[in-house]
Amino acid sequence: MSAPAATAASAPGSDSALLEVDGLYTHFELRQWGFLRTGTVRAVDGVSFTLDAGEATAVVGESGCGKSSLARTLLGLHRPTAGSLHFAGSELSSLGRADLKAYRAQVGYVQQDPYGALPPFMEVRRILAEPLIVHGIRRRAERWQRIQAALEEVGLAPATEIAGKFPHQLSGGQQQRVVIARALLLRPAMLIADEPVSMLDASVRVEILTLLHRVQQEHRLALLYITHDLSTVRHYVDRAMVMYGGRVVEQAPVDALLRHPQHPYTEALLSALGDPDAANAGRPRPVPGGEAPSLIHPPSGCRYHPRCPHAMAGRCELEPPPPDFRPRPEHRVACWLRE
Amino acid sequence: MTRWRDGLAQIRRYPSAVVGLLIIALLLATAIYAVTAIPYSEAQKLWRGGDAWQELPVNASPVWTDRIRGGEAPRTITASSDEVAVEREDLGAARLETTTLEVDFPYGDFPSEINLFLEAEFEQRQPFTRVHWRRPDGQEIPIEARRVGERDRFSISQDRQLESRLGFAPQIGLLTDAEPGTAEPDVLQGTYQLVIETVHFEEDARLHADLVVYGQVHGAFGTDHQRRDLAVALLWGTPVALAFGLLAAVGTTVTTLIIAATGVWYGGWVDAVIQRLTEVNIILPLLPILVMIGTLYSTSIWLMLGVVVVLGIFSAGIKMYRSMLLPIRQAPYIEAARAYGASGGRIILRYMVPRILPVLIPTFVTLIPTYVFLEASLAVLGLGDPVLPTWGKVLHDAQAQSALYHGFYYWVVSPAALLMLTGLGFAMLGFALDRIFNPRLRSL
Ligand SMILES: Nc1ncnc2c1ncn2[C@@H]1O[C@H](COP(=O)(O)OP(=O)(O)OP(=O)(O)O)[C@@H](O)[C@H]1O
Ligand SMILES: [Mg+2]
Repeated sequence: MSAPAATAASAPGSDSALLEVDGLYTHFELRQWGFLRTGTVRAVDGVSFTLDAGEATAVVGESGCGKSSLARTLLGLHRPTAGSLHFAGSELSSLGRADLKAYRAQVGYVQQDPYGALPPFMEVRRILAEPLIVHGIRRRAERWQRIQAALEEVGLAPATEIAGKFPHQLSGGQQQRVVIARALLLRPAMLIADEPVSMLDASVRVEILTLLHRVQQEHRLALLYITHDLSTVRHYVDRAMVMYGGRVVEQAPVDALLRHPQHPYTEALLSALGDPDAANAGRPRPVPGGEAPSLIHPPSGCRYHPRCPHAMAGRCELEPPPPDFRPRPEHRVACWLRE
Repeated sequence: MTRWRDGLAQIRRYPSAVVGLLIIALLLATAIYAVTAIPYSEAQKLWRGGDAWQELPVNASPVWTDRIRGGEAPRTITASSDEVAVEREDLGAARLETTTLEVDFPYGDFPSEINLFLEAEFEQRQPFTRVHWRRPDGQEIPIEARRVGERDRFSISQDRQLESRLGFAPQIGLLTDAEPGTAEPDVLQGTYQLVIETVHFEEDARLHADLVVYGQVHGAFGTDHQRRDLAVALLWGTPVALAFGLLAAVGTTVTTLIIAATGVWYGGWVDAVIQRLTEVNIILPLLPILVMIGTLYSTSIWLMLGVVVVLGIFSAGIKMYRSMLLPIRQAPYIEAARAYGASGGRIILRYMVPRILPVLIPTFVTLIPTYVFLEASLAVLGLGDPVLPTWGKVLHDAQAQSALYHGFYYWVVSPAALLMLTGLGFAMLGFALDRIFNPRLRSL
């Protein structure tokens, strides 16, 4: 069944872009007693980008900048407050129940905490059967065949033995492989991996990232790899976006971004990282000095200006920069310095 | 699932769970025996009372009580005209038939009653019957002489005339050679004869006679004021109690759980409505409502079951389940399930409910006897099912007949013991399960 891939490749009305996100906002209303509004969390605040079929993009940003909210919105788990989301040419919010379900088969989801992502009371066999059952694959033999193939693909062998285990009987790395197998089972066109290795042992991070990279290449998947750790992006993705305070501040091909960062925040991230090829890459790094911006009362103008060493008084704190200055051909930056 | 398998394997290590399981197995076996040995309709019919029980003594104690006291109390003895030869004598226009029923009476105490049941077959003219009692010492006592109807009886022990002739109640006077008025007459043991002389006026007329000398003890559980064998009610009370307890517990637990999960899953106004309904329902008293329905409408056990379940749905359990389910709702695996397209119903039933089932099982097991007790309480209050024999109804009858005042302890003790046994069995199992499935309790 190559339906998802075929749909992705022949996406009508667009030139190879699988996912088009345009001016996406996801705000959360904070309420007291269920009705009194006490504030709005602007978790995703005007994000635009496109993702081509088979393209891997990293989303980088410090904790609380809205990366997961963006992922959940893309997965249809949060309703966007505003903006448009086109997948394979169709607008997500206009999909009916059946189409939304079909969309969900096309998007795989790999979460941060592999143990939490697996229902603890189900055997691996059952966990992997669930998406297939939900998507109407009734024949047990067919399900088992697909489960087996998926387990083998993510390097869990022998499949029969693993299938009989409960999540707590597996190591963290094995759990994350099961999660990846589940994400691949429905033969998606796109994978969203939200910090897939940040809770794993340093020793297995590279393995899991390599696995993700391999399946992404083999299936020509679009991959949105979310991370707070710039050091893990280089070898695994084509492009990278840097998020700050609910907005994308810079996006570029990953080599260009790492070599010629255009936004002061990206620069700060990189300098905090030191040598991205260092042997101990993967250890949590200090983020740039200063506090992460509040998403309830974000700073005026450019959200980075209170922490920015190059902030131009009378400019940066007044007007938010548009997201698409192009100081270099491959770069798109939201910074007045690059006007 | 290993969690269950481990749990069940652990049961063996808790003696209380083993004992509880044994008790429950015993009750189950009893219940199965009861429904197979006495079909439902048969049990209902039997419990209505009547002729089926006419050969049993009234308020007889169980046989074992006599064993404890020394084994003097008489058992019930019957003698039928079918088993003896009939002497015939032709009187011309009529015919005299003499039947002699023999009763061997070896007991140290007097019978509780003596009845002679007669069935006459005739066309027009009723036969005329005269009855004598012949004691082992040869003494003959005339009892009664009269025409006999189709289904007739000589209630010998109720015969006032005989009583005044004998100077004792007939069931005593007929079985002693003591002087009238003796305070504590002794039983004259030996073989007694009841001589039935019948004059038939028709060629084909027949008389069938059954003599019943009622004992003071009967069966394993005794009899009640309507001669009914309590074994029927105690046996049949078991499946009724278990079914009521189990169905009510399942009904309330399952619906409560699903509603709690639905509220937690959908949140918002759905959750708010469920919460408010629960709060209102919690303060509604269950027993008075049941009493009201029982008094005004019907006391059918199935109606009561329905009401218990309906009122049990929005019970305090919802609050407990909700607090357990709220963190589960946030679990990443639920988000994952949504992401691959699982429906709300599937998430509730397959992802949220199973997660708290282990915690629920012990509560569920201990809930069963509370509903058994509820049903018994209703029956004791006189709101038992009108047709089914239940433990509670036995208790109700015992209370109505002042059983304890009259010393019929067995009448109260057996159903109470069964109720307590049920409570004990489920409670022992439930507490052990609680420790197994909620390990935090284990150290307590
Ligand atoms: N359902 C929600 N309701 C209200 N606020 C939310 C909700 N989900 C996320 N937030 C808030 O939105 C902000 C962004 O959260 P998000 O999880 O997207 O950040 P993140 O970049 O993924 O951070 P991390 O690196 O810690 O995962 C946070 O302040 C968070 O508290
Ligand atoms: Mg996150």
